[in-house]
Amino acid sequence: MSKETKVIELEEVAIRFSGDSGDGMQLTGTLFSDASALIGNDISTFPDYPSEIRAPQGTVGGVSGFQVQFGTRRVTTPGDYAHVLVAMNPAAVKANAPFMRPGGTIIYDQDSFTEKNFQKAKFSTDNPFEELQLDDYFKIPVPITTLTREALKDFGLDNKSILRSKNMFALGLVSWMFDRPMDYMESFIQNKFKKKPAVVEANLKVLRSGWNYGMNMQHMTPRYIVHPAAIEHGTYRNINGNLATAWGLLAAAEKANLELFLGSYPITPATEVLQALSARKDLGVKTFQAEDEIAGISTTIGAAFAGDLAVTSTSGPGLALKSEALGLSVMAELPLVLVNVQRGGPSTGLPTKTEQSDLLQALYGRNGESPVVVLAASTPSDCFHYAFHAAKIALERMVPVILMTDGFLGNGSEPWRIPKMADMPTITPRIAKNAETYKPYARDEETLSREWAYPGMDGFQHRIGGLEKDLMGNVSHDPENHQKMVEIRAEKVKRVVDMVPELEVCGEQEGDLLVVSWGGTFGHMESAVREMRSLDHKIGLAHFNYINPLPANVHEVFSRFKKIIVCELNMGQFAAYLRDKEPDFKYEQFNKVKGLPFTVHELCEKFEQLLEE
Amino acid sequence: MAEELALTIKDFKSENEVRWCPGCGDHAILNAIQKAMASLNIAHKDYAVISGIGCSSRFPYYMSTYGFHTIHGRAAAVASGVKCANPNLCVWEITGDGDALAIGGNHFIHLIRRNIDINVILFNNKIYGLTKGQYSPTSDRGFVTKTSPYGTVEDPFVPGQLVLGARGTFFARSVDNNIKLSQEIFEEAAKHKGASVVEVLQNCMIYNNGIHAAITDPKMKKEHQLMLKHGEPMIFGENEDKGLVLECGRLKVVKIGEDGVTRDDILVHDVTEPNGFVHQLLINMALPDFPVAMGVIRAVPGPSYDEAMVAQIEEVKSTAKIKCVDDLLTSGNTWVVE
Repeated sequence: MSKETKVIELEEVAIRFSGDSGDGMQLTGTLFSDASALIGNDISTFPDYPSEIRAPQGTVGGVSGFQVQFGTRRVTTPGDYAHVLVAMNPAAVKANAPFMRPGGTIIYDQDSFTEKNFQKAKFSTDNPFEELQLDDYFKIPVPITTLTREALKDFGLDNKSILRSKNMFALGLVSWMFDRPMDYMESFIQNKFKKKPAVVEANLKVLRSGWNYGMNMQHMTPRYIVHPAAIEHGTYRNINGNLATAWGLLAAAEKANLELFLGSYPITPATEVLQALSARKDLGVKTFQAEDEIAGISTTIGAAFAGDLAVTSTSGPGLALKSEALGLSVMAELPLVLVNVQRGGPSTGLPTKTEQSDLLQALYGRNGESPVVVLAASTPSDCFHYAFHAAKIALERMVPVILMTDGFLGNGSEPWRIPKMADMPTITPRIAKNAETYKPYARDEETLSREWAYPGMDGFQHRIGGLEKDLMGNVSHDPENHQKMVEIRAEKVKRVVDMVPELEVCGEQEGDLLVVSWGGTFGHMESAVREMRSLDHKIGLAHFNYINPLPANVHEVFSRFKKIIVCELNMGQFAAYLRDKEPDFKYEQFNKVKGLPFTVHELCEKFEQLLEE
Repeated sequence: MAEELALTIKDFKSENEVRWCPGCGDHAILNAIQKAMASLNIAHKDYAVISGIGCSSRFPYYMSTYGFHTIHGRAAAVASGVKCANPNLCVWEITGDGDALAIGGNHFIHLIRRNIDINVILFNNKIYGLTKGQYSPTSDRGFVTKTSPYGTVEDPFVPGQLVLGARGTFFARSVDNNIKLSQEIFEEAAKHKGASVVEVLQNCMIYNNGIHAAITDPKMKKEHQLMLKHGEPMIFGENEDKGLVLECGRLKVVKIGEDGVTRDDILVHDVTEPNGFVHQLLINMALPDFPVAMGVIRAVPGPSYDEAMVAQIEEVKSTAKIKCVDDLLTSGNTWVVE
């Protein structure tokens, strides 16, 4: 075979798989990503799907996408714009055109390019590419439906089953183009459908047909080579943020030698935390699918009162419902972790899209003076680390802790160097030891945290509650006592600062512009700052994981830069918080609320503009 | 059987001054629960008393056990979490008609549906006392209160109906002024594996005095209350000559010795009957046509949530490949970078 193949060597490539929500694009993307990670590329993924389970077929609203970026160097984002788009229908082209790199490659199912589908996708002409001004793009029409049907003609399958295998053809073809190993995907399929040998055979046949098609049509399909990345040695796995969160909590329970309880109610995009822990009966996890969000946290408070590592998980609207009960855990001073996987708001908002607009709700959204510790994870895999630390702080300081993640982190995945439990920090819950001297609200002098005694422990019987209380936990309406208790609860949270690492700056340690960000935007921020530095700008990144309390050295770090810009996926909540906590500085803002992550491009543009002013 | 613990009622009293109004029915209920706990032979450290908000919910502060005075309506959910965290505990939920049936209605029915082994003591005074006199979800239609000066225009819940509707396995009814009956019922409730709901008709001296008087009046007690006992005929009346029979799917009061009715014709109470039909009829009985049913109305066996939860974990663990977090982290697809 001597057909000429165009071979393109790239440092990083972003591919976007897209089709109807029923086309299996999430699976296709996940398999491709895992195979990429297995051969040593660094990867970052971002699923982008509609909130409707099955929106009308062929419409733009029903398009489900999955973007993965993989590369020879460290990959911190799924990529602003895709090099390659795989589109199973015209609606997918329309929905994803804005996310394409100019001049990129579009592989599409030409069988789906029919009059009827143009209408469903609301094209006004019969030339979607022209209409979307994609003339300059490299387009590869592939009769995916026909070829899939052809491949399966002897299998005796019904039409629906045949069409369901189309995604495997696309996967095979793209795998050929990027030289991904087929054995991983094949064994996955064999495993997933092991009880249905006919389905295994059909899927494998179509997958190989896709690969072979690429090979046979070399003259028209370019081939890309992306070398493995140089990454730290160790054992790796792919992990998404929700799973990492669940596993971080498990790790904390093991380290603290406590049983893990999760009280939760399903809510997008946090549900996977509940699902992942429900699967872990083997590790003794008690998961309680409550009747509502309020019961989710109330059962958790009960479990914390009774001696478990107690966790509840939710997303914005659920956090709102949990507010009153969270106040009870503040008042009672019980150890509790609340995981909030943020989504677009207000109200039901954009359930499947990412946003950072629950920050002020987490900090202040309760009646009364009700401070809690607030942490935020910054990448899919470090959700493990911050979930672990949220639990450590809760248990060692007897305080509720909110861990903020978001839809982008929760659903996004990246390779993760697996830690060993022996290397994880210890967790020492403040379990009371001396029944003779035990007073429920006696405090450690340094940390102001009380001791934990729970039902079943002999001699420590006591009462607690949501009313203001005295040292013994009994009700007190004494004005002086209330003032004192309010101050102590605030001071206790402040003193958690000794568990908070100092704020570190990535990039320039002093200079013209300090970029400030928090939570799930880290990958994009880091890429943008890296790019700006490659253009010799004196720019640094201060990314926050600890929101309340803030790290001790914030003022010192901020003083080293001429300008500060706070970038966040909301209208300026962290900026407002910083103005209150660190009022000596002027904060520029860059805000976005489109339900999408930042793009590196728009960040750099903003920084350039600010540096020129 | 474990060694007798020989606890007494004194062991369950806390040092806190009881601050309910003088004459409030709550005093007697507190007394009955403390007596029941002392006689149950359960270690003092293993009791947990969880309450919501309302007059009755101050209860934990008057007990010497572990106690948690939570927030309005949520005691059922908090108590569920306590029981799951430590299934060995004997968990009591103290709640009222507003706390359990209005703001906490959802948690109330789901606790019952799950059949978690918790003893729910529902103080029913048909009024909001702590907020000083507004109608509650058990107030009768037309009831005049501060928020219904022209009378309510809504029908009340009958707590037992809700319990049955939520597939409850245990329901009993008592009155505050019958400490002996309450104590017996509380002990039965504690022994029942699953969610036990005890409705206690309770008098609020200040905002709803005498609301249950027609039922509880000692002079009329034998005529107006039917004391149910498992396996015994449903007989009541000053002369113990009245009874209940089932006729065309309805209960009917008959007089023994009249129209050829004998003791053998009277319905025999069966708390263990899974079909809730007769239990429902008993729950619904109201003055003036019928006496009000007291005692354990329903106590059927059924799998409890907490036991099933523990059993499932043990079963999965027994054959699991993943024994610790290290096993979990390295399970599935991993690769090594040299």
